[in-house]
Amino acid sequence: MKIEILGTGCAKCKKTKEIIEKVLAETGKKAEVVKVENFETILNYGVMITPAVVVNGEVKLAGKVPDEKEVRKWIA
Amino acid sequence: MADIFYPLQLIADKITYGVFGIAPDTNLAASVNFIIYDVMKIFVLLAVMIFAISYIRTYITPEKTRKVLGGKKGLRYHFVASLIGTVSPFCSCSSVPLFIGFVEAGVPLGVTFSFLITSPLVNEAAVAVLWATLGFKATALYVVSGIVLGVLGGYLIGILKLEKYVEEFVYKIKVGQKASEPEKLNVRERVGIAFEGVKEIVEKVWIYVIIGVSIGGLFHGYAPEGILERYAGEDNLLAVPIAVLVGVPLYSNVMGMIPIIESLIGKGLPIGTSLAFLMSVTAVSLPEMIILKKVLKKELIAIFVSIVAVSIIFTGYLFNLLL
Repeated sequence: MKIEILGTGCAKCKKTKEIIEKVLAETGKKAEVVKVENFETILNYGVMITPAVVVNGEVKLAGKVPDEKEVRKWIA
Repeated sequence: MADIFYPLQLIADKITYGVFGIAPDTNLAASVNFIIYDVMKIFVLLAVMIFAISYIRTYITPEKTRKVLGGKKGLRYHFVASLIGTVSPFCSCSSVPLFIGFVEAGVPLGVTFSFLITSPLVNEAAVAVLWATLGFKATALYVVSGIVLGVLGGYLIGILKLEKYVEEFVYKIKVGQKASEPEKLNVRERVGIAFEGVKEIVEKVWIYVIIGVSIGGLFHGYAPEGILERYAGEDNLLAVPIAVLVGVPLYSNVMGMIPIIESLIGKGLPIGTSLAFLMSVTAVSLPEMIILKKVLKKELIAIFVSIVAVSIIFTGYLFNLLL
């Protein structure tokens, strides 16, 4: 599984990464977590408000920090 | 307008004189009373305001905005862009993707700027704190000037035909379609999002509010009456430009700044000068310019900052004259 976090390095993006990594550690699921800071890639996904989370190429959320419940659903 | 907050004043009085047992008519009592009353009022208004705007916001997405404004010219659309800016969340980290998204959808540069100017200037948290401290009238003035500034500033940028100062790569980026369109939200989900919004913003700003109110409270209680009237009163014509020039590069949490300004107004700082300062702090900041530098050439950034700064200075003079 590939999880991409789209955002240009603001506090919310870091928080998003922390939450995703925490849930991954708790559930023991394996995933490649990448931070994407390139505007072109971000916009190619159709995302205009960051942070956004992309799981296996599908935009799951944009514009807010996910909660743990949401992350669990995505990686299940 | 102050009447609906009367119970809060009663509580503040009770805590100051009753619980803390501070003698009335002392500097300490004035400071403590100011701090307690302001903190309560600010948090009540913050919660109500953020909730309302976050709810409205669930209906406004960047995708819809792009569709509404794409290829539209004319003052009317500057006004629409500016209005959308007032309810849009603004985190400077999203300004570049939003900018590219608008340009790609064919939103004219000037209309995009109307949005970019008003969006940080008029945000629900600043409006709530302003309302709690400076009252409804000053807040309404602030909001209206924020919108007018966005409309006129963007219009001017449109007339000047500055498209060549946008970095070329911006025009080449293609905005993708989100693989799955978000499902329609029901009222309960919207309320949930609005509550989240309140939590998120209050968590972020409460400390600045407390610090700002405390500094303001000390100043309110201990600074001599009319001290600022003497040095920065309306007859000092340099006060407005100086306030704006200081405010422009400043990147500070405006939520903490407002209660300090409130206490300065209490000591004679004119309202126009105060609002001009606050507008210049929120409208443009150094970090935001550094982010925008990735998509705009320095000429355009310089024009943008100059237009905004000059307009804010005029706004400040105008309010000092009218109020």
